[in-house]
Amino acid sequence: MKYSSIKDNLRTIKLSSWLGWAMESNWADPFLFAIYSVIRPIASSLILVFMYMVVTGGKTKTELFAYIYIGNAFFMYVYNVLFGISWVIHEDREHYQTIKYIYIAPIRMYYYLFGRGTAKMIITTFAVIIAIAFGMVILKIPVDLGKVNYPLLLVSMLVGLFIITCLGVLLAGVMILTAHHSWYLTEGIAGIFFLACGAIYPIDILPIWLQYLSKILPLTYWLELLRRAVLGKSLSVTLSYYSNFQLMLIMLVTTAFLAMFSHYIYRTFDHIARRYGRIDQLTNY
Amino acid sequence: MKTDFKTNIKAIIARAYVRVVAGNREPSWVISETVLPLISTAAFVYVYKALNAPEEFTGFVVLGGAMSAYWMTVLWSMAAQFYWEKEIGNLDLYMIAPISRMSILLGMASGGFVYASVRAGSVFLLGSLIFKIDFGVIDFGRLFLIFILCQFALFGLGMLFSSLFMIYGREAWHGVSLFQEPVYLLSGFYFPVKSLGFTLALTASLIPLTLGLDGMRQLAFKKGVEMGFLNINLEIGILAFLCVFFMVASHYALQFMENLGKKTGRLTLRWQ
Repeated sequence: MKYSSIKDNLRTIKLSSWLGWAMESNWADPFLFAIYSVIRPIASSLILVFMYMVVTGGKTKTELFAYIYIGNAFFMYVYNVLFGISWVIHEDREHYQTIKYIYIAPIRMYYYLFGRGTAKMIITTFAVIIAIAFGMVILKIPVDLGKVNYPLLLVSMLVGLFIITCLGVLLAGVMILTAHHSWYLTEGIAGIFFLACGAIYPIDILPIWLQYLSKILPLTYWLELLRRAVLGKSLSVTLSYYSNFQLMLIMLVTTAFLAMFSHYIYRTFDHIARRYGRIDQLTNY
Repeated sequence: MKTDFKTNIKAIIARAYVRVVAGNREPSWVISETVLPLISTAAFVYVYKALNAPEEFTGFVVLGGAMSAYWMTVLWSMAAQFYWEKEIGNLDLYMIAPISRMSILLGMASGGFVYASVRAGSVFLLGSLIFKIDFGVIDFGRLFLIFILCQFALFGLGMLFSSLFMIYGREAWHGVSLFQEPVYLLSGFYFPVKSLGFTLALTASLIPLTLGLDGMRQLAFKKGVEMGFLNINLEIGILAFLCVFFMVASHYALQFMENLGKKTGRLTLRWQ
């Protein structure tokens, strides 16, 4: 049976997106769900706000604060989508025990995982918009909507979401062989990017060896391009030498390598899991 | 049927054993439980470095990062645990076993404490060494006392949550998620809680980690007292009260929710 046509794959994405959305939102009434979707991102942003205010004595109309705030807001995609895609393996395998049916269904797992992550992307998009609006209205961060570089923002977002999807698939591959309860792994991997990509500070303050790591991660360039698109400038001395075009080019090249690496890891772990009969294992502890 | 004390002690040990031994069963957890949490904490350290904050703040973050392990355990391995147990069929077994349900909760709490301490200890030790934290402990006795009281109160809160989440389905998962970042904020995991303002900080003191962290910072750092929220002895008193309160409240909450679950037929209903 042939199931690799674009139409079939798009149908897989559409249906798994709907499934992901239903699983995310069916548990509560829409109002409660909306509150839930808002409180977490706002709280996450406020942690940084208070850290900043404790040290600076309450000044939030500065460029550095805007730099930190915007980076943190967009980084929500990394946490949520990464978790959304990789956790599918555990959820379907251990909780709902449906992964064996997904495996034998005439669909490609990649598209299924991507679709399931789409629900998280939609929810996170609302959260990011709310967090930025909160920053502009309440904290008066200097963002001028009339001066935002929208084409750069759009292209960067699309590439960024692809990067996060590749990372999610990579982690999903690892999850096939790990036990139940390993959400710490996702949290930790997201933490590596949070640390190394300069999500909440310019990468210049990192130790030199960590800056090398930072420069090979496509998410570093993604965050820099987003900040340039929204704030119109860069505060990172290291990255300020690159033009937007150069940054985009570096991001695309590193993304291509990441995509190949992600594919290799997923295929390898999937192969091992099939070989040793661990696709539908239940760890239960 | 009234179960004897010895059987309940065995139940506590048995439930704690599962939690401790599970930590040794997965080699991948060694990294995910020790090195990876430190990385997120390090990111917050670099925020303070970017802001040229006083050195004490680095110590505050490392301590907060270490203590976050206990909060994560309380949320995911205590509060949401009965939900997991229900999904995998263990809750039915707990219900028919001739033991007090409180023994199960106590076993989960004590095992969870050991399990979380590995993570917390690693973050604390590695963080202190890597970032060269300059401690200035002024009273080891009270520092230890406040840590222990904080843990008892915290795991008491976990037992209370666990009871409340007993009959809930998927919303338990989301409810627990909702308590993560907001509590990091309200308890001042990465900044002195005093900066939230008196009213908000006092309200947040219902979460044992708020006063626990504040007290430990006051006792472990040279300028900790300057940035402290309440008098240290008062904080110890409040934490002692919270220990008793949460323990008693969890006992009654457990009884209430178990009865409610039985009446509505949702106690062991899976995949809600």
